[in-house]
Amino acid sequence: MSADPVGVARSSVARADLSARPGPALPRWVWPWLLLLPTFVAIGAVAFWPILEGLRLSFTNTSLITRQSDFVGFDNYAGLLSDSRFWNAWGHTVWFTFASTVLETLIGLGMALVLYERFPCRGLVRAAMLVPWAMPTVVTSKMFGWLFDGQNGVVNWILLQLGLIDAKVNWYGDPDTALTTLIIADVWKTAPFMALLLLTGLQTIPKSLTEAARMDGARPWTVFWSIRLPLLMPTLLIAGLFRALDAFRVFDLVYVLTGGGPADSTETLSTLAYKELFSTLEFGYGSTVSTAMFLTEAVLAGILCLWLVRTIRRVT
Amino acid sequence: MTLTSPSALLRRAGLYLAALMILLWSASPFVWQFATSFQLDKALTSGTPTLIPDPFTWEHYYNVFFEKQLHRYVLNSLIVSLSTTALCLAFGSLAAFSLSRLNIRGRYGLLLVILSVSMFPQITLVGPLYILASTLQLLDTYAALVLVYLALVLPLVTWVMYGYFETLPREIDEAARMDGLGALGTYWFIILPMSLPCLVTTGLLAFITAWNEFLFALAFTSNIDHQTIPVGIANFTNLYFVPWGDIAAASAVVTAPLILLVLIFQRHIIEGLTQGGIKE
Repeated sequence: MSADPVGVARSSVARADLSARPGPALPRWVWPWLLLLPTFVAIGAVAFWPILEGLRLSFTNTSLITRQSDFVGFDNYAGLLSDSRFWNAWGHTVWFTFASTVLETLIGLGMALVLYERFPCRGLVRAAMLVPWAMPTVVTSKMFGWLFDGQNGVVNWILLQLGLIDAKVNWYGDPDTALTTLIIADVWKTAPFMALLLLTGLQTIPKSLTEAARMDGARPWTVFWSIRLPLLMPTLLIAGLFRALDAFRVFDLVYVLTGGGPADSTETLSTLAYKELFSTLEFGYGSTVSTAMFLTEAVLAGILCLWLVRTIRRVT
Repeated sequence: MTLTSPSALLRRAGLYLAALMILLWSASPFVWQFATSFQLDKALTSGTPTLIPDPFTWEHYYNVFFEKQLHRYVLNSLIVSLSTTALCLAFGSLAAFSLSRLNIRGRYGLLLVILSVSMFPQITLVGPLYILASTLQLLDTYAALVLVYLALVLPLVTWVMYGYFETLPREIDEAARMDGLGALGTYWFIILPMSLPCLVTTGLLAFITAWNEFLFALAFTSNIDHQTIPVGIANFTNLYFVPWGDIAAASAVVTAPLILLVLIFQRHIIEGLTQGGIKE
């Protein structure tokens, strides 16, 4: 996509000051901001304002049922810390984020290494890998509901035929296996996409490096471990970071497949917040849950970013 | 090492096997869903699942269109997704043009602010926006959904477009200026026509995101007049049993167009996404 029709090094010419020719009677510095205005109005109104408003609501006892909205200070946050449902959901969310990110990165890396090699129908395989990503998450959720159905699901049938299980497993109907089922569904949906991202990273590694190592008699494993992996590390970390931030706010998959059940065994922070907001209509407390989530995510992003920058500096 | 040596053959075989596994991983669940959509409920609960429908039936497709009125959800989704895509391309390209081509202070700071939005948990936004939409009488309207989706997709669209605009040579800006074009003229007559591939990619990303979005659609709409497909499918339940066949048919109907689009534009999508998300 990086078409460069004239074939000139673009760094050689500085940014032309197009604002030098303003339209009718507008100072030249206005133009760039004017063009940015629609975007910033949109994200300001739909992203930044709600975060601040959510923060305000989290200090009130706003409820759409009782129609009250009084300032209550840190009461909600104190309640949050002693709310076992919150910590329950927190634990599930952290485990879900950790397990799915690690699995997706590892499986994605494996897939990327396979795709890097030449084989017939490579284009077809690569195209098929976009299917799980493009499919609506709600459809994924329902689809896994059918595949992992406790009574007639094909997964149980296959496992029974192979003799891996003795009796049908009630995958997402049983508190012991429900969260695992959700993690499997998420890994299915995201690992191929992760692989495609990592593949583009792999392709930027100069072939001469791996060729040279092979000439020197390095075994494939050594080539991977001491050349490809270190050079792929920055891509791997950034992809993993974005994936973790995404997994942390998981909602669709859980809400549609299990609704947080059975027995709250798959409740995540997003589904808990949604229920507080739209089932009990406690907008004050619901905002506390979601603001706590935002803060966690911001801290997580900050730490990961710092760590990322340090690692990238060390590697490159 | 010649190609015919046993170890090389073994490697080849391993590679083909791995590729086949990836293909199965990606495609088989949807193929299974597709096969399910043509089977009678009786066959689905018989205890021995089969891939080939026998007897073959259109019953589930009849159900989803005539009983569950899937086409109304499809229409709602089309209206919302196409409006989002159009607005997103307009706003995003203006912003990316400004950031890439005009003399603006704090370019990278602004880009980071825009990108940071894509990391906000949507659940944090939905509460305050619900109250706002309710005050403005925007609940159960297309407009509310379009405005929200617009802001959710704009960060990615702006980033991908910015990345693309940066690859266009700066000489053309000079040339445009010599020819007497102003900022808007350069944007409209020069940069946009050169960016058609990028517009296709980002438009597709915006469309898919809006088509698949669930949380806001669930919160902001309460009846079939404005509900989009994901909400419709999520609500597909009968009183006494889960209609897996109907769900499979609806899944096939709403996913097939996406798969088609993705297969046609796969190269652009992968390149566009890596440009926006991954490149430092």
